[in-house]
Amino acid sequence: MTDQSTHATGASESDKTYWQANLRIIYVSLVIWALVSFGFGILLRPLLAGISVGGTDLGFWFAQQGSILVFLGLIFFYAWRMNSLDREHGVEEE
Amino acid sequence: MDQFVINLLFVGASFALYIGIAIWARAGSTSEFYAAGRGVHPVTNGMATAADWMSAASFISMAGLIAFTGYDNSSFLMGWTGGYVLLALLLAPYLRKFGKFTVSEFIGDRFYSPTARIVAVICLIVASTTYVIGQMTGVGVAFGRFLEVSNTTGLLIGACVVFAYAVFGGMKGVTYTQVAQYCVLIMAYTIPAIFISLQLTGTPIPALGLFGDHAASGEPLLAKLDAIVTELGFNEYTAHHSDTLNMVLFTLSLMIGTAGLPHVIMRFFTVPRVADARWSAGWTLVFIALLYLTAPAVGAMARLNITEMMWPNGGIDGGAVTVQQIENDPQYDWMSTWQKTGLLAWEDKNGDGAIQYYNDKNADMTAVAEANGWAGNELTKFNRDILVLANPEIANLPSWVIGLVAAGGLAAALSTAAGLLLAISSAVSHDLIKGSINPQISEKNELLSARIAMGVAIAVATYLGLNPPGFAAQTVALAFGLAAASIFPALMMGIFSTRINNTGAVAGMIAGLSITLLYIFLHKGWFFIPDTNSFTDADPLLGTIKSTSFGAIGAAVNFAVAFVVAGMTKETPKEIVDLVESVRVPRGAGAAQDH
Repeated sequence: MTDQSTHATGASESDKTYWQANLRIIYVSLVIWALVSFGFGILLRPLLAGISVGGTDLGFWFAQQGSILVFLGLIFFYAWRMNSLDREHGVEEE
Repeated sequence: MDQFVINLLFVGASFALYIGIAIWARAGSTSEFYAAGRGVHPVTNGMATAADWMSAASFISMAGLIAFTGYDNSSFLMGWTGGYVLLALLLAPYLRKFGKFTVSEFIGDRFYSPTARIVAVICLIVASTTYVIGQMTGVGVAFGRFLEVSNTTGLLIGACVVFAYAVFGGMKGVTYTQVAQYCVLIMAYTIPAIFISLQLTGTPIPALGLFGDHAASGEPLLAKLDAIVTELGFNEYTAHHSDTLNMVLFTLSLMIGTAGLPHVIMRFFTVPRVADARWSAGWTLVFIALLYLTAPAVGAMARLNITEMMWPNGGIDGGAVTVQQIENDPQYDWMSTWQKTGLLAWEDKNGDGAIQYYNDKNADMTAVAEANGWAGNELTKFNRDILVLANPEIANLPSWVIGLVAAGGLAAALSTAAGLLLAISSAVSHDLIKGSINPQISEKNELLSARIAMGVAIAVATYLGLNPPGFAAQTVALAFGLAAASIFPALMMGIFSTRINNTGAVAGMIAGLSITLLYIFLHKGWFFIPDTNSFTDADPLLGTIKSTSFGAIGAAVNFAVAFVVAGMTKETPKEIVDLVESVRVPRGAGAAQDH
């Protein structure tokens, strides 16, 4: 994700800080998103092979269920965090 | 009562319900037709989006693909849910703030170019039509089974029903109908799964049963499954056998495709506020997760049941099921019923009066087969798309459950087909005709052209659905690849980068769409016409990358081309930079504006 907009004109200082804070939350969330699915579910599965879960290993659980639960957590966290960030920066809807 | 009558009753009652709701909430104005007047609560919207989203691919096809492949097909589970994270974080709130009706309107305005809008419309039509082909495959299977006719007849009847149904209302009719459809489909999916989980593991929650113990043997369910399938020469269920690179790219294609599908994105235009668009994505995933957490359990448990049915006396040593048993034992009735659809077949090749089901492609099985006098796998055809619909019959569940599943499968296919047809028709009438060809068109003619577009789309999809490029979920996966390569990058760059200008975006979309289409056509046949392909997915053009996984690469090409071209051409004008900056903050999001 690239962003040059903060160097452009037009947006107020507070809108820029708001956008930067939003981008930070997005980065962190997407790192977790990739870690549980592509990471634990596929690429890092061999590393988790030692942890057994119901007849198989933790990687299999992440691939079939765990990642979905984490995705849910991420979206609700983001909605909650952004809706409060909107208020902190006074950019919420009237 | 006869099973056929019970199926008809369930399907008939659910249809009466949907049509009743559609008439009650019929769209009056253009704005209601497309976006339901923005009066939809996030939870309601989430439920409707979930019904819209979970199609024949999720309901009918996915568990079957997981059942016969195991871990390697986890991509469907992660891909089709992980896309909602991208949608919620990268697109939904900003598109709602932008406040227009369609995806191509955003692209046209953000890239200040009617060409960009038309290119977006074309991308959207290509992806959605491919998607409808997958739905028609599922509709054919469902109608074929419950009317007890061949797959082709089922498909033709289904096409008429889908068309009649989609023409009825716009988004508003569809929104409330889809809430009803969600309820029908989730009950239809989970109730049989609960029964089966109780039978096999004693746990009423299938998602937990999957990782629980197999009640009959006391071993963990998955360990038991691994043992019985490997005995027959099949791949271990829980192990990773497919190519890792392809699995990663396939998962990624499904994820970004999810976030690029117009009929899903359109849903986030219908919530009242930006904050609601964020919640709405979460609620949608809650309702989707109820099915997606159950699906892997359905797959594994069905595989176990089917394998044990083919070897009813405890594995190879006990001997295979006999032809006489299949024909006379009521437990095996499902095999004869499904045989009629042409999607299930068996043949006693060695004439020993029994049907041996095993993996005859595995070299290790040759010795076993010789020792036992087997002449190849005798369960000659088991279409993956029948598994979920046949599942309650296989598990010997009460006949009302079977009727409910038939209604659920049709609800899934119909709701998505209707949503897609709406997206296609609005793209043609609103974006193409009103937006560029004839801006003076009357509201009445706009609605008329929307309906004609629906008719054409369904005719094409039905024709191609007669010879589908794959099982329902695989065809749908191709549609996701196309959306991933074309729409998603344009939307994301439109919001997150002010540097991307009109030429960059147009070049990116054209490059992403054409390279992905080319790759798909090379492997699946030109315009999906059978036998015109130059490569197969078993031996693809580029290394191990199958045509279903190419969307992620197409998206990368789209991003790269857009950045390079934008870097060489004129900067984005000031007023567009201001537009992008205003989209980034929720303040001042009003109701949507029509042109």
